[in-house]
Amino acid sequence: MRAGSLRFVVSALAVPILLYGVLVISPYAQSFYISLTDWNGLSPERTFIGLDNYVRLVRDDVFWISVWHNVIAVLVIPAATLALGLFFATMIHVGRYRARGGGRGVRGAAVYRIVYFFPHLLSIAVVGVLFSTVYDPTESGLLNGALGLVGIEPVNWLGSRDTAYPAMLAVIIWLSVGFYVILFTSAMSSIPADIFEAARLDGASRWQTFWRMTLPLIWDTVQVAGVYLGIHALDMFAIVNVMSAAGGSGGPDNATQVLGNYLYLTAFQNSEFGYATAIGVALLLLTLAFAAASLRLTRRERVEF
Amino acid sequence: MSLDTTQRAPGPAGPPAPGAVRPAPPGPRDGRTATGTVLNVFTHGFLLTWAALVVIPLAWCVMSAFKTNDELLSSPWSLPGALRWDNFAEAWTNAEIGRYFFNTVIVVALGTALTLAMGATVSYVVARYAFRGNRLVYFLFVVGMTFPTFLAIVPLFFIAQNLRLADSLPGLAVVYAAYNLPFAVFFLTAYFRTLPTSLSEAAFIDGCGHWGTYLRIMLPLARPGLVSVGIFVVLGQWNQYLLPLILQSSPENYVLAQGLANLAVSQGYAGNWSALFAGLTISIVPVLVVYLSFQRQIQGGMVTGALK
Repeated sequence: MRAGSLRFVVSALAVPILLYGVLVISPYAQSFYISLTDWNGLSPERTFIGLDNYVRLVRDDVFWISVWHNVIAVLVIPAATLALGLFFATMIHVGRYRARGGGRGVRGAAVYRIVYFFPHLLSIAVVGVLFSTVYDPTESGLLNGALGLVGIEPVNWLGSRDTAYPAMLAVIIWLSVGFYVILFTSAMSSIPADIFEAARLDGASRWQTFWRMTLPLIWDTVQVAGVYLGIHALDMFAIVNVMSAAGGSGGPDNATQVLGNYLYLTAFQNSEFGYATAIGVALLLLTLAFAAASLRLTRRERVEF
Repeated sequence: MSLDTTQRAPGPAGPPAPGAVRPAPPGPRDGRTATGTVLNVFTHGFLLTWAALVVIPLAWCVMSAFKTNDELLSSPWSLPGALRWDNFAEAWTNAEIGRYFFNTVIVVALGTALTLAMGATVSYVVARYAFRGNRLVYFLFVVGMTFPTFLAIVPLFFIAQNLRLADSLPGLAVVYAAYNLPFAVFFLTAYFRTLPTSLSEAAFIDGCGHWGTYLRIMLPLARPGLVSVGIFVVLGQWNQYLLPLILQSSPENYVLAQGLANLAVSQGYAGNWSALFAGLTISIVPVLVVYLSFQRQIQGGMVTGALK
């Protein structure tokens, strides 16, 4: 260590650690205690009530509906996004490797890559507002207007229990796919082209090439993408809060309720801070469970190339 | 199409057989061409379908922004009768979208600058100095990535009020920076570890102090890493909805996402849809314009970040 090292270390770390400690670590730490109190925010005193909030949670139907919706999101969003992402990336990539000269790419590859990326740049809340108008229950909405052209009666997408949540999941998939198309095409193009050449000479079909070569070779990237998508799928807050009936109620009738939104409503509309924090702890457990499951599922040998 | 020309190229070399039979290239190759063309049509069919699914809602939104309320309610497909720029003026001033827009720009600019400054400093120290507690500091920051922000919002709401960070633009930027530090530290620590040590050694020998070495030598070297992290942080903070929703209580401090969601609710009641579409267009189009101008850097930065 050089002279003054310690002083440098301390002076460099002081402000970030102070800020991070006060604004991030301390709220996380406090929340575990708050979840054991009946704090309602109106009075400064909080009474310690042990696990009462958690007992209430286990008996709360809305809580279980929200958990179920979160679980659906974690299963559906990564599966659909990865499938579509891999599909379109392969379309772009296959075109690329057939153009023999090398890096020329499928016709218009550059344009596809640019356009597909658009939704990724937009704020989820803004996309939510946009799609509320797309899903408008009358024929003046984009979707019902399009269905009207083929003679289908307008559907109340966000107002009916059966369609509201799937409609929101579709929006998340719409805005996620593009980034993964770009990511997977990049990963695919880093595979040496002569491997594909060899497979082609050996008479492998496109289907075989994809399943036996391309997918295993980019499997690492796919796994990371799946975990990342799953963690984000646990947070359906912005889309539900913006798109659900009556200004973010999680409606109609809790048909789109998710843990994040339920927590928000419990805390900032009902001022039940103790109970809301218990929901937060449940969300943490769900996140950890997902992380543990994905670690277990994604363990696999790495292919070097 | 490009395929046709490559296949035709060998044609003239052989004697052109007039009439029915084509000069026979090797059999299997011919077969592949046929499936190739079919595949090509399919490929573009699928790719174009998704491109249309992406573009149509956005284009429809921009088109709707020029319509009157009556036009909006009659048909989603009809073109606007005229280019009504005053819809934008109304959204910008009356619906305060302009204010929300600038609020967001200020918060994201300040928040990103703070995130990068603090993140880089912590990362550099953790990556390059062996002090007691080094691992602990690193762990403390990185563990923050695994916690859902929802768990923190109730206590954060009260802490921010006590520290007077709530309902203020710089305050929101500070909170953003604190919550983005784990990601920045995780990524930049790895980056600083890859930089050669010999340069900082040389700087020390030439009499550079610790801060001097960091700011003048190492930080400029870390620029590609900072750009990558910066792009992620800008997009993430531009996207942020939860934190402003709980922290910004007075409408003059709203950020764009929050203001627009609010506008959607109120204009929905008021039935003033054209201002809403104009507001949406104002929040979407500038982002896409910035992206189209820096497309290569943005995509490159994000993808390499994710692939590493």
